[in-house]
Amino acid sequence: MVEPLLVVAGLDAHYRDFQALYGVDLQVDPGEVIAIIGANGAGKTTLMASIAGLLPNRPDAIRYRNEPIGRLRADQVAARGIALVPEGRQLFPSLSVEENLLIGGQLGRPGPWSLETVFELFPILRERRATASTALSGGQQQMVAIGRALMSNPDLLLLDEISLGLAPVIIKTIYEALPGIIGTGMSAIIVEQDIGKALAVSQRVYCLQEGRVSLQGHSNQLTRAQISRAYFGV
Amino acid sequence: MDWLNAIVQGCLLGGLYALFAAGLSLIFGVMRLVNIAHGDLIVLAAYLGLTVTGALGLHPLMSLLIVIPAMALIGYVLQRGILNRTIGDDLLAPLLVTFGLSVILQNGLLEVFSADPQKMNAGALETASIPVGGITLGVLPVLMFLTAVGVIAGLQWMFYHTALGRAFRATSDNQAIAQLMGLNRAHVFGLAMALALAVTGIAGVFLGIRTSFDPSIGGGRLIFGFEAVIIGGLGNLWGTLLGGIILGVSQAVGAQINPGWQLLAGHIAFLVLLAVRPKGLFPRMDG
Repeated sequence: MVEPLLVVAGLDAHYRDFQALYGVDLQVDPGEVIAIIGANGAGKTTLMASIAGLLPNRPDAIRYRNEPIGRLRADQVAARGIALVPEGRQLFPSLSVEENLLIGGQLGRPGPWSLETVFELFPILRERRATASTALSGGQQQMVAIGRALMSNPDLLLLDEISLGLAPVIIKTIYEALPGIIGTGMSAIIVEQDIGKALAVSQRVYCLQEGRVSLQGHSNQLTRAQISRAYFGV
Repeated sequence: MDWLNAIVQGCLLGGLYALFAAGLSLIFGVMRLVNIAHGDLIVLAAYLGLTVTGALGLHPLMSLLIVIPAMALIGYVLQRGILNRTIGDDLLAPLLVTFGLSVILQNGLLEVFSADPQKMNAGALETASIPVGGITLGVLPVLMFLTAVGVIAGLQWMFYHTALGRAFRATSDNQAIAQLMGLNRAHVFGLAMALALAVTGIAGVFLGIRTSFDPSIGGGRLIFGFEAVIIGGLGNLWGTLLGGIILGVSQAVGAQINPGWQLLAGHIAFLVLLAVRPKGLFPRMDG
């Protein structure tokens, strides 16, 4: 039996004054890709922020490589090998494309990802490396956000709504790049509103509804009806 | 020729004001902190220079070798120990804390060094001059001006060409996301304050060589620094240098008209610029 990479156990998280997550349990094994689906406000982004260390939690609620990380700061979590591609991309506006990527790599964790390999993955970024990140299209910004997270050579990559607000053709390009990223043995948690996309890229899926896990299972075994029920609560 | 002389001397004085202002500009740019104690920290640096010069028998300029690292260390400890705890959504908390710090510094200096005016003796350097055309340039003001240009250029280079500068800009843009990239905000802010007070160390020693000083003059230096920063545009370093020069020239021209008008002329120039260009001459584009 392989030891799990990440174990979330009984996570109650608060966003400002209201409780966003209630006793969430979740597990990611090494090399595994899981998807998290759910309607707006189900707590998906809060879950990502909690794992990444942006929200403080009970130390034991989140364990990574069997070590409690629930109360660590985001920079300490990042140093242990967890990288987040945040919802809405959140690039640094006063940094160029290349500088955004370099900031992602400043922890100096060894691994396959470097400026060169990120530029191979998304060749358009090489052409626009000196451009201000704000001057890019939404899709290109999303490529920078993904590249920036990869630059830290994470063992666990968190992708929060990477297709949000992008044109379908761009989403297709980005999703086509995903196997090349995850194929390197990295684990990933993908938050996605598009259920079809979520099931296609993941081995297992968790559905969140109003801060609770309403369904979990293997991506190729769940039926549409089960998912609809867990998604909408009807 | 008197007028040309006043303008040139004012420009050179502007270098000192830019040194007062550079630290303020840096910490505002990185962490949006307005440091009311900045002027008193300049005076603290002057007293540090005086103490080092007296104890070791060094030339005042050589005391910089000790004053600069000492001020940087004070900056880091001050930031991590006190100021980081006040930084958040509320702008008032750091203002109040640095105001309190200003009071403590002034009274502490008064207790240790008394209210007697002091001055550092730089020997021949103070009176040395070079004639240029019909004007006589003091070596010390020229040195101060060149130092200011060097400091600003160095800070600018650091900001745009080093990993530390990148970290400063990223943290200034978005603290939470910078933290995700592995940058500890508390440490980055500590380094920014260390750098700002290192520059303040230079400013303080030059101040102490140029004029006599006592524990009460920090407030005035803070105002000059603020005016230079705001004239130039918040968070713009070259703008800060120009702001210092405009302030220096206004004061010198005012003094040329009537010796009593020196300070008033500087403040009027500041108010006029604020009325015409409320965001300063070179506001930050991405602000």
